[in-house]
Amino acid sequence: MRGELAMWTLHTNERTGLWVVSKPQILASGLCVELAFAMPKTLAQKLWDAHVVRVAPGEPDLLYVDLHLVHEVTSPQAFEGLRVAGRRVRRPDLSLATMDHNVPTQGGVRAADESSRRQMELLAENCRREGIPLYQIGSRRQGIVHVIGPELGLTQPGMLIVCGDSHTSTHGAFGALAFGIGTSEVELVLATQCLPQKRLGDLAVTITGELPLGVTAKDIVLSLIGQTGTSLGQAHLVEYRGSTISGLSMEGRMTICNMSIEWGAKAGMVAPDDTTFAYLEGRPSAPKGAAWEAALDHWRSLSSDASASFDDDILVDASRLEPHVSWGTNPGQVAAVTGRVPQPRSDTDERALRYMDLLPGTAFADIAVDRVFIGSCTNARIEDLRAAASVVRGKHVHPKVRAMVVPGSTSVKRAAEDEGLDLVFKAAGFEWRNAGCSMCLGMNPDILAPGERCASTSNRNFEGRQGSGGRTHLMSPPMAAAAAVTGHLVDVRELL
Amino acid sequence: MDPVAQVSGRMAPLDRADVDTDQIIPKQFLKRIERTGYGPFLFFDWRAGGDFVLDKPEHAGASVLVTGANFGCGSSREHAPWALRDFGFKAIISPSFADIFLANSYKTGLLAVALPERQVRHLMDLALEDPAARVTVDLEKQEVRGEGFVYRFEIDGFARECLLGGLDEIALVERRESEISAYETRRAAWLPVVK
Repeated sequence: MRGELAMWTLHTNERTGLWVVSKPQILASGLCVELAFAMPKTLAQKLWDAHVVRVAPGEPDLLYVDLHLVHEVTSPQAFEGLRVAGRRVRRPDLSLATMDHNVPTQGGVRAADESSRRQMELLAENCRREGIPLYQIGSRRQGIVHVIGPELGLTQPGMLIVCGDSHTSTHGAFGALAFGIGTSEVELVLATQCLPQKRLGDLAVTITGELPLGVTAKDIVLSLIGQTGTSLGQAHLVEYRGSTISGLSMEGRMTICNMSIEWGAKAGMVAPDDTTFAYLEGRPSAPKGAAWEAALDHWRSLSSDASASFDDDILVDASRLEPHVSWGTNPGQVAAVTGRVPQPRSDTDERALRYMDLLPGTAFADIAVDRVFIGSCTNARIEDLRAAASVVRGKHVHPKVRAMVVPGSTSVKRAAEDEGLDLVFKAAGFEWRNAGCSMCLGMNPDILAPGERCASTSNRNFEGRQGSGGRTHLMSPPMAAAAAVTGHLVDVRELL
Repeated sequence: MDPVAQVSGRMAPLDRADVDTDQIIPKQFLKRIERTGYGPFLFFDWRAGGDFVLDKPEHAGASVLVTGANFGCGSSREHAPWALRDFGFKAIISPSFADIFLANSYKTGLLAVALPERQVRHLMDLALEDPAARVTVDLEKQEVRGEGFVYRFEIDGFARECLLGGLDEIALVERRESEISAYETRRAAWLPVVK
């Protein structure tokens, strides 16, 4: 054992400068085998092990998929592949399709361009042929794939969930193992309900402290990515934990897990707790009666063992966080809104500042915006709309700004209308749209014109993401709402 | 998928880090329903800006893309490796790749190879100084070689086998039918089905 097993070390990560706690190294290989039975497990390892269909030396583990979410953009080639090979969908009852990426948010399906419409029609046809349930445009359950899974109660603790979309990590908020896959993998899951996957490392992010007023889950994750950079999480499963996470709503946890991919992680997750169970109870697909009790018993076992080890543990003090905005063209290029556009530290920074048309040293509050987008799988759930509405109430969108709210799902839209939030937004001059991915990625008509600057609650500020030549500043829903009414980037706390 | 054992050719240097899949193939081209035909739209916005490295005559016909770290970050779109392949690239060398992009590349038959930053820098400089310089990416020997250098690389053993054999991964998994069925009988009764 040579002492290493008992030794935990605290040091700074060379790449990030963050304080990390590293797991002990087990050097004697014989010992590893013996210890395997007694080894404490992380939540991610428990979820992984529970889905292993087959383990063989020299092969990736074969994992079973509990829920496969399907949408119109990354599935046509997969269905076509099946058809050509004469294969059928193995478990249509464990698959759910919706239309979200390129649906118009006003005017119905007829407002879509021809190729978008063809993708939607093809999805409907494929689902019909294979018996896959589909919530198409116009359905009362249609919405962004990562919003409808949770709200239907289909996303549950302990499940393995995949989708041909990188923000599938959202579902990890429920203590599920959830990650995005490519189209070939979509085809593989459709055909076999399984996915070969190589074992991955474990990372923890421990977030403690009370969130200050005006600071949200979005600010936690933006600030985290600002510190880790965009690739630290590569080949790792991440568990978010700590008192701040425990205190967050499911919506907030989803926002954080959603952006795991933006710092490179394969998946992000939070151990399920009473907040999770309270959210799930009574939802359409949640277990009922005795099944609910049985499920609860199992779900309560889904947390990392006290002495489970992680490759790194990143520590975040939430009590000192400020509202954040992105200034560049990747989600790691962020800063507190109270600050200024930073000096470039790399070629990537210089390119980003040129693209964003920003000068180092400019106060963020001096940056005017043309558009505001409140939407996306990151921040378009009911709690997000409530938070934005509370800033907007009684105020008006700045005359030079065009602002829109795109609810994450048709259900969210209906719930918001029941509360009268739509009236708050409309009275302030916001456009109130139908559900979809919309301007998060601009596959539908909702796009920025070249040179337009947008305060956005979405997840990516890549060049051209929201429209060729468009400039995106990522932020929380209250921050985007504040930008809408003031006409520039602003610390929302000044308006509270 | 056709078997892939080695790629020999000239290099195109794209000296940028964090190249995301939105740049590799912008969203307006994801509305196609085919697996092919994406080549003309590769790096569409960057090429539209003019003076883009891939459009320089000296790099025309290059089959190996050499690029910065964290290549392929962002969206899961497999259209990114499809576009690179359709454009004519058969191998990509970078210090690191985003997870989903890497998996998608293997499935597409695109040889994505990670080398240490210093070696990638050497290849990048070589491609800039002598665009006619040729390299071989050899999957069997797990090495990238050219005149005066041999760089070994690591690659997942299973991915390597699939590439070398041109294996149909779905057929491989279908062979495990009895294990899959057995697993299905063990699944908890409360797990949801979609109605």
